[in-house]
Amino acid sequence: MREFGYQRVLDVSGAVALLDADPDARFLGGGTNLVDLMKTGVERPARLVDVRELPLDRIESTRDGGLRIGATVTNSDLAAHPEVRRRYPALTQAVLAGASGQLRNMATVGGNLLQRTRCGYFTDVTKPCNKRVPGSGCPAIEGEHHNHAILGASEHCVATHPSDMGVALTAFDAVVSYETADGPGELPLAAFYLPVGDTPHLETALPPGALITGVTLPPAPTAANSRYRKVRERASYAFAIGSIAAALDVEDGLVRDVRLAFGAVASRPWRAREAERALAGGPATADAFAAAANAELAAARPLPHNAYKVTLMRNLVVAVLTELAEEASR
Amino acid sequence: MTTTTQATAVTGAVGTAHTRVEGRDKVTGAARYAGEIPFDELAHGWMVLSTVARGRIRSVETSAVLRMPGVLTVLHHGNAPRVDSDYVGMLGTPDPTAAVFQHERVPHMGWPVALVVAETSEQAREAAEALVVHYEEEPHDVTFSAGHPDAYQVDGFMPAVTEKGDLEAELAASALVVDAEYTTPEEHHNPMEPHAATALWDGGRLEVVDSNQGTAWVASEIANMFSLDPASVRVRSEHVGGGFGSKGLRAHQVAAVMAATGLRRPVRVVMTRRQMFSLAGYRSPTTQRIRLGARADGRLRALDHSSLSLTSTVHEFVEPSAGVARVMYDADAHHTANRVVRLDVPTPTWMRAPGEAPGSFAVEAALDELAEKCGIDPIELRVRNEPETGPVSGLPFSSRNLLACFREGARRFGWADRDPRPGLRRDGRWLLGTGTAAASFGAGAGPSTAAMTAEADGTFTVRINAADIGTGARTALTLVAADALEVAPDRVQVRIGDSDFGPAWIAGGSMGTRSWAWAVTAAAGELRERLALNTGIPPEGITVRSDTTAAIGALAQKERHSFGAQFAEVAVDPATGEVRVRRMLGIFAAGRIVNPLTARGQLVGGMIWGISMALHEEAVRDRASGGHYGADLAGYHVAAHADVPLVEADWVDDPDPDDPVGIKGIGEIGIVGAAAAIANAVWHATGVRHRHLPIRPDRVLSANSAGGSSA
Repeated sequence: MREFGYQRVLDVSGAVALLDADPDARFLGGGTNLVDLMKTGVERPARLVDVRELPLDRIESTRDGGLRIGATVTNSDLAAHPEVRRRYPALTQAVLAGASGQLRNMATVGGNLLQRTRCGYFTDVTKPCNKRVPGSGCPAIEGEHHNHAILGASEHCVATHPSDMGVALTAFDAVVSYETADGPGELPLAAFYLPVGDTPHLETALPPGALITGVTLPPAPTAANSRYRKVRERASYAFAIGSIAAALDVEDGLVRDVRLAFGAVASRPWRAREAERALAGGPATADAFAAAANAELAAARPLPHNAYKVTLMRNLVVAVLTELAEEASR
Repeated sequence: MTTTTQATAVTGAVGTAHTRVEGRDKVTGAARYAGEIPFDELAHGWMVLSTVARGRIRSVETSAVLRMPGVLTVLHHGNAPRVDSDYVGMLGTPDPTAAVFQHERVPHMGWPVALVVAETSEQAREAAEALVVHYEEEPHDVTFSAGHPDAYQVDGFMPAVTEKGDLEAELAASALVVDAEYTTPEEHHNPMEPHAATALWDGGRLEVVDSNQGTAWVASEIANMFSLDPASVRVRSEHVGGGFGSKGLRAHQVAAVMAATGLRRPVRVVMTRRQMFSLAGYRSPTTQRIRLGARADGRLRALDHSSLSLTSTVHEFVEPSAGVARVMYDADAHHTANRVVRLDVPTPTWMRAPGEAPGSFAVEAALDELAEKCGIDPIELRVRNEPETGPVSGLPFSSRNLLACFREGARRFGWADRDPRPGLRRDGRWLLGTGTAAASFGAGAGPSTAAMTAEADGTFTVRINAADIGTGARTALTLVAADALEVAPDRVQVRIGDSDFGPAWIAGGSMGTRSWAWAVTAAAGELRERLALNTGIPPEGITVRSDTTAAIGALAQKERHSFGAQFAEVAVDPATGEVRVRRMLGIFAAGRIVNPLTARGQLVGGMIWGISMALHEEAVRDRASGGHYGADLAGYHVAAHADVPLVEADWVDDPDPDDPVGIKGIGEIGIVGAAAAIANAVWHATGVRHRHLPIRPDRVLSANSAGGSSA
């Protein structure tokens, strides 16, 4: 394996300065994805800047009733936090649906958002991949793609984003804060991931060298009645083939507020705005849920071996919203 | 934990639970595995594998790599020593994949094309990844399908074809017919410990410290390949972290020997997990057609089982799935055939229950379909088709307690209360169902030698070239020796895994414990006769040797097998396609059980592998490149803890008074029939037959929306 430099930083400005000076450097969080990619040769950084000791490990309530989550908060700490569990239960469920206890102890919030696809063509340097080597082609489209994207993909890339946590954060309108050498910035998660288009190697709207410092969840009373359901090919320790984060508020049988996001269907956590629009103010019934799912999935462009995901996501929308509607009416 | 159902009085060490004699060493890390034993002057080799699926090596650009830090040499077809792969070894001709760097042909993706040796493993890896190899690429064919025009019949370790009776006439005369195709995917052993070997020359002898399933076997293969006097090759393999059929002679040992010979220093070569997918062997995918014809009462008139597997273009290996019915079920017309097709892929090999694992899935699932058609309980259908003698051989069974397994299993599983109709039981979002299947695996023995020493201090030392690949063989043989000597187990030390101990059968074919226990028991008998002379024990002890070759040759011709009955309960969410096993029970008839603790572990382990086979395991080959997609343990799923519910294994009495050892194998039978029991339970839950493994959520969903069978 190639030798690389390693440096631990203790303050944000120092971390940002190091990356600004060295475009071949990478920030290292828990290392649960980056180190694997270094072993397989997908990533070959000259230097790792370890940000795990940065003072970004707090979860705090914001004045308006939201939560601010530091970038180096571990997945385990995020999932266990009482305010997360109380105010955004789907976020706890999403985090706990991912990886293993050991990995969650290492993995960080910032790193989770920046993890790379687990597409088997991307992770194998002997194969073409437009995301890894722009212009080399996408063998998944003609090859193995039963767990690839049905929404928002392009002829250049059909990979999915693997995060569970990001799906719940997307449903709850999270905003990402970052720091660069030129100062701080913010990006709503909805604008954080770039469309695939013909540049699948460009994944986020973060400026070069930016360090994620935290994620802010705006207040969302509806999120208290929320749920994350993940479907995978074994009971644990596998990435989703379809997942859903949903929150629902029902009054007098009518939908007062609804949040819906899908995982494992697109290059980013997929906010189901069409479905939300279809449901708003309407009846909270299984038929309405199915119609809303269909409205969202009308844009799906499945490949020959992943058309089941359309059925799966529709079924998940109906199942999870039905459960939430029952709970809301209790 | 369960208790055994058998009432046999246990008088000695055999039959009572003992923890592993090396258990403390293993859990404390004191036990060293092949890749971690230190050597002075150790150099590290890293294999470079082809990145094309078929073609020729045009050039290997070594000069830049040789200038990299720590690099000592680069071996490839242009400079490697010539070896001999044209010999017949203990288990036939060798797979020439192990005879590395002999020519410029590339017959599959992941073919070894070079070995980079450096002072450290990291340097070797970096240089290996930097090595540029130019190929002339040729079109490849890696597409396995039932209709492949190049398929042909091949014998392998059993006849390709058996046939009796007029199949078409009996099918035509049958009241009920099942005709279905079943498929199983490419599956990989993935032992926890990767293949690793260190080779060195010491005092004129070649020594290889390795992880394998038979050191004498591997030593003889290396001696043959390098044209060495067999006595000048020593292979040791003290602890092995799993093998499952994959750990014989492989490219890494041969590459290490080549490098150690050229560099005159110890060289270690370890496979990565990804390299194992190309170099360690695997179970071929199968496509199997079963035709059953039955009378209205379920008795078979016709049984036809035709199986196709694949092999490489360099070596012939057949996955003999069609062998199952030759033991299990008779019919007036009985036809079984194994065929293979050669593709541009690595050579498959034995993997836990070769033949029986995929074959039992097809046969036992087809019987379940027949039971449904006949309106007969699946166990009763098997009772009505229980043969008196070997369906093909006509030989008597040494013992056949299959029905006792079903009776005991049905009682404990609660089978009598089962409503046979599918799709009726619900628990919230889950549909529930139960299924059963039969299991069998051969109970052979291989010639083995053992040495037993009565030490002057009153202890005993056994030297036998057994292999403990995680099975508990070392412990089992300690118990066998203690009982044969009528001493406490703590007075017996068993040493294994060293080819200098002489020839012995490998840890394979579920034959290890039976074969080795035979040799140990024979040696103990002779030693006790010597000790009875009361001549006193000299300081060097008294040593006797045994050899079971003649005794095994004198064994009466019989059908010798272990049997079992598998039961599974599953839950299926029809909205998501998720299938979860809720409980499993396996009852086995497997001769005398030496160590109930490790035996149960082996049987339960096999059953859990059956869960993986039914629901998870599948190596995906990418047609365009000819290589794998997702060849690692993130992409290749096996059951996680959360997939493993209550799994119980137990056994019934299975005596054979005419057998000199009474032990049968238990290494493989645990997986046999397990996948079928689960697939049958999925049908019972949903009313949909799944004939293609693994039963993934997408397949369940697609079958649901297709409104019927997934075939």
